[in-house]
Amino acid sequence: MADMTVNQFSSRGLSLPKINSSLVVMTLYLLFLLLPIYWLLNMSLKTNTEILNEFTLFPRDLTFANYATILTDPAWYMGYVNSLIYVTLNTVISLAVALPAAYAFSRYHFMGDKHLFFWLLTNRMAPPAVFALPFFQLYSSVGLFDTHIAVALAHCLFNVPLAVWILEGFMRGVPKEIDETAYIDGYSFGAFFVKIFTPLIASGIGVAAFFCFMFSWVELLLSRTLTTVDAKPIAAIMTRTQGASGIDWGVLAAAGILTIVPGALVIYFVRNYIAKGFALGRV
Amino acid sequence: MEKTVNQKAWFLVLPVLLLVAFSAVIPLMTVVNYSVQDTFGNNQFFWAGLEWFEEMLRSERMWDALGRQLMFSGIILAIEIPLGIFVALNMPKSGFWSSFCLVLMSLPLLIPWNVVGTIWQIFGRVDIGLLGYTLDALGINYNYTQDILAAWVTIIVMDVWHWTSLVALLAFAGLKSIPDAYYQAAKIDQASRWKVFRFIELPKMMGVLMIAILLRFMDSFMIYTEPFVVTGGGPGNATTLLSIDLVKMALGQFDLGPAAAFSIMYFLVILLISWVFYTVMTNLEKREG
Repeated sequence: MADMTVNQFSSRGLSLPKINSSLVVMTLYLLFLLLPIYWLLNMSLKTNTEILNEFTLFPRDLTFANYATILTDPAWYMGYVNSLIYVTLNTVISLAVALPAAYAFSRYHFMGDKHLFFWLLTNRMAPPAVFALPFFQLYSSVGLFDTHIAVALAHCLFNVPLAVWILEGFMRGVPKEIDETAYIDGYSFGAFFVKIFTPLIASGIGVAAFFCFMFSWVELLLSRTLTTVDAKPIAAIMTRTQGASGIDWGVLAAAGILTIVPGALVIYFVRNYIAKGFALGRV
Repeated sequence: MEKTVNQKAWFLVLPVLLLVAFSAVIPLMTVVNYSVQDTFGNNQFFWAGLEWFEEMLRSERMWDALGRQLMFSGIILAIEIPLGIFVALNMPKSGFWSSFCLVLMSLPLLIPWNVVGTIWQIFGRVDIGLLGYTLDALGINYNYTQDILAAWVTIIVMDVWHWTSLVALLAFAGLKSIPDAYYQAAKIDQASRWKVFRFIELPKMMGVLMIAILLRFMDSFMIYTEPFVVTGGGPGNATTLLSIDLVKMALGQFDLGPAAAFSIMYFLVILLISWVFYTVMTNLEKREG
């Protein structure tokens, strides 16, 4: 009984401050998340003299020279182009093979389906460090070393299982009656899949594409191991800033900010599905 | 959903099977190959049996790395899971501010991993980083390249910064699936805030939390780029986690045999955990539906 009166009190007394406490928590947490990113942005807009000699919370001597350096030098901006090429290739390949497979897993029982599904998952859990050396040897021996397709195929290791799992999660939500009605109406499998089924799981395809894009974009160990010059990703080119005269901090920061941009641009569209994607379609 | 038995479905799975076989099975067989052979160079190999496995099991280096790895994964789980739940409970439930928080929280998840390392490398520097400079101004001796404790604190705070949002997003998705009727019933029963959390929110979040815990465990177990950029595995070997050690061994020293044996044991550990993950998850799904 005593317990209950206390609760009544606290629930009445705290109803207004509770909103505020949530606000405080969220503000503090977002501040914690954004401060390091702000600091990088701050540095990217400063000159190196200002970075090294003064400690300023915002750029006194605002400059876009660091960004200009990157966007005018092919050795720099080709890194972005390379990254975008292999990331796009990877996304297309992953989705193309994952779509039919996910459909099979969501609709049918077949011999070994459960084992296969689990085996796919284990590849998502394989440490890239284990695969770095064998990939290097495999792609060297087939003459694909330092090409975009090599990195794209290597990233399929974790992106194909991810895409299959996410798509399967979305496809399970589509009632099977739709398939059956379409077949009765005389659609062939191909026509049904392209004309009817694909539009129904459009959001799932979008989310799977986003996640393939993202995991290929953030990965460095494999993409660095498999490339030297022609397909070198931007993330690996960033080490160039360590010259003889020390590190070019401003350009390093600008390059870092530019790698955040692609993700930041598309995140708004998938904000409500991010949790589902991370949970491999299981929320 | 009722599934029908259809062996022809194999044809739909075939492309995935071929692709993953090319990008996973062939490389993995190379590793197995190296793990049972020794070489004198010149591409001449001979059978070594389980020698490398025995050597790795006896090597202190691997056990030390494994110990550090377990400690790292343990600490980040102990921080990120409760913090993630706490953040999710405080997030706006719907409307503009909810989207606003979701977008900003996802931002660290989309940054390339070496840039995450670079961000914290800069942030923690005493001369040009906000964090290092502030700590230094407060009179705290903080130097993550020299001091073991500072190095550990830095990589842990970095991981919390990087991945807590993932836990929060998953927990938030779990919370949103709770029907309003549950809260109304709790209100009628005059349940305390703690009891609402303990008996309504936590059980309903269990499924997604399980995914969050296992994902975070697995990904932290494979972590390489972020700590490598910040500390390079140092000072000494203090932050040399399993992947960092493995890359050092395989690509740095080219000790193929031991590295391959190491890889296989590393992968088996993860495989075991994946299996637990899968079993727990499918059981939860069965119970729910």
